[in-house]
This record gives sequence, C-alpha cells and structure tokens, in this order.
Amino acid sequence: MTGERYEVRVENIFEGPMDLLVYLIKKHEVDIYDIPIAMITDQYLGYLEWMKAMNIDYAGDFLLMAATLAQIKSRMLLPVHQDEEEAEDPRMEIARPLLEYLRMKEAADRLGERPMLGDDLFLRRPDQSELTVERSEEVIQVSLFELIDAFQRILDRVAGDAGMEFTPERFTIRDKIAEIVELLEARNSVTFTELFTRAGGKEELIVTFLALLEMAKIGLIRVAQQVQSGIIRVFYQ
Amino acid sequence: MRDELKHIIESLLFVSEEPLSVDRIRNVLDIQDTGPITEALDRLAAEYETRKGGFFLREVAGGFQIRTRPEYKDWIKRLLQTSPARLSKAALETLAIIAYKQPVLRSDIEYIRGVDSGGVLRMLLERKIIKVLGRKDIPGRPMIYGTTKQFLQMFDLKDLKDLPTPKEIESFGEGGGEGDSGPDADSDEKKT
Repeated sequence: MTGERYEVRVENIFEGPMDLLVYLIKKHEVDIYDIPIAMITDQYLGYLEWMKAMNIDYAGDFLLMAATLAQIKSRMLLPVHQDEEEAEDPRMEIARPLLEYLRMKEAADRLGERPMLGDDLFLRRPDQSELTVERSEEVIQVSLFELIDAFQRILDRVAGDAGMEFTPERFTIRDKIAEIVELLEARNSVTFTELFTRAGGKEELIVTFLALLEMAKIGLIRVAQQVQSGIIRVFYQ
Repeated sequence: MRDELKHIIESLLFVSEEPLSVDRIRNVLDIQDTGPITEALDRLAAEYETRKGGFFLREVAGGFQIRTRPEYKDWIKRLLQTSPARLSKAALETLAIIAYKQPVLRSDIEYIRGVDSGGVLRMLLERKIIKVLGRKDIPGRPMIYGTTKQFLQMFDLKDLKDLPTPKEIESFGEGGGEGDSGPDADSDEKKT
C-alpha cells in the first residue's frame, strides 16, 4: 500500500487539503458518508510526508486538515453514549464540506466546458482589452484633488448652515453605493454633478462623495474628466 | 413590414457592442409592444440556423448578440492573434462558488476550497468577471462578491438561472461502481 503512493505525478500537486482528500477518496472509492477515517488519515499523512520529502512547500491549511482528521479519528474511538442527544457521526464534520467542495468542483467543470467568449465564440468587433489576459492597470484619470475640488463646488452651492446638528445616521455609505450601482447599471455612466443633484442635504452629499471614493478605491467605477468640457463622469466598470 | 422590422433589428444587432435587450430595441424603435420584436428575433435566429453560416444569434446577459460559431474559432484566432483568456482550474472553482453562492464572502469561498483564494479573487476582479457588491456589516467589514454581466457574456449565459446545475453527487462513492456516474469529474483526476 505504501508503494503505490509514489505513483502520483509530480505536476499534479494538490492545490489544497480538500483537493488531496478528494483524490484519496476517489482513489479508494470510499463512500463519502462512511469514510474509513483511520485509513484516509494515514494516507493523508503519508502524502504530507511525501510532499515534505519532495521539498514541496505546503501551506498550514494542510496541517489544519491533518489535525481535523486526527481529531475525528480519536472521537471515533470514544464509546458512544446512548443517552447523548443525537450524537452525530464525527465524520460528518469532514463529509459535509467534502460534499460541498465536490459539488462546486463539478459546477466548475461544467462552467469550464461551456463555449467561452474570446476562445470559442467571438463578437463582430471584440473589445480585445476585455478578452485578453494582459490588461494594463486601470488608471483613475481624475485625481483625488480634482474630485475634492468638484465636491467643494457642490457643497458651496448648498446653502450654508452654521448650526451643529446631531442626527442619527440616515444615509449609509453602503446604501449609497448600492444606489449608485443601480443607477450605473441602468445608465452605464453618470456625470459627477448629476449624482449630487439628487442628494437632499449636506449629510447626503457627503455620504454620496464618500461612497464614490470607496467605489473608486475598490475599482467599481472609473472617474474620468472630459478634456474640453471639464465635465467629470463616473463610469461603471 | 414584418420583414422590415426584422431587418432593422438585424442592423441594430450588427452594430451593437453589447448584447441588445428586447427593451432596448423597443426603446430604439419607439414602439409599445415587444411581441413583434421577440418574434423577429426568433425568425432571425432560425434564419441563421438554417443558413449555418459563420455566426449565430445568442441570448446572453439579458440580451441578444451575434456571435461567431465555435467551429471557426481557430481561423478567428489566426486573424486576431490573441491568446485566449482561459481560466485556470483554481479560478474556475472560485468563480463557480461565487456564481452559485452569491452574494458571498472571501471567507466562504476559502472555507469551501480549503485554500487561500485572494490572488484568484484579485484576478477575477481585474478581469471584471466578478464585482464587489458591498461590504458586510461584521468586524473587518469584508467585501461581498458577486458575478458581473461580463461573466454572463463570457460563458454564453442568458442569466444566472441559465447556469448549469451541478449534478447531484450524493451518490458519489456509494456502492463502488456508482461513483462512475460522474465521468467528467473523474477525467482530470489521475487514476491509478
């Protein structure tokens, strides 16, 4: 049994502990609901040894799984008390995520089999930048300072209110982001000022602005300024 | 008249870079009823099918788009000289999890895959196959991910409901031979 372990091809290094477990389970054709835990644990540890011997670095994830397996194995050895309410098979702890992982692997295979745009199917005028691998980093063509300037102009338009008011947060950045996303999904681009004309008070203006900054930061939007008109536009990407 | 409408729609499809939705066509044509539009689209699709030419009409990402038939991909690649943007197994796995489980957190993905998925996520984000839907209100405010329209276009999908259903694999491993019910899943695993 120890001999066959070394037949594995080196180019097929397991990406993670789940991958390795799936491999072992398939190899031994065991029922996922009735995993021979001692045998699988031994094999699993054997592979870790092998990977160590081959000088393959493996992440801590592999050790964590080893610990989980060992723990399940030891729990299997404990006597089961009848009166314990619905004592679950400790192996379910590993069977459940395994099933889920297999389901997703299957889904990934199905997805991979689909005809793919840019590889199997093409458009009349394919936007190559979207389809090829090398994409230059997206640049935000408008700097933060230009944005702040533009925002200041909008704030100036709103009548000043010197008083300090403490009101509970009525607008959250998250809601605002969702709102802007919705708008952009429908229209693809919107001007900077237009975004703020919808806003009621100063508070909403600020939240809108913060939402914009956040969206630019996580790459949801692209902000560009037209050279001639100076109009700042927000694009969905 | 019916033919004219069909021809107009065909011309719209020809110039449009994005999949054209029935609604969009209706707006352009400035008519109320979508019936004639879907009928014209059906007839166009059927025509392309009988003609069996270089392209066909596909329903993707909530709209219609003229796409080349896969049979001719090699010639097109010679013309365009692009390297295909195929996804790695790790990327497909991550993408599948996001597609089926969205809205989803990175930690959910990593729990299922059992490995760090940060790099893959970044690549998928950069290629706009996935997007950030927002942040979850829990400590650390982790980002919530979902798929984009580009994802649907890329995989030739009408909408998310059009996703292939993962085969029930409950039978996997039960009673030895049964395990062979998933030949696709097995094919890339090494068999000893």
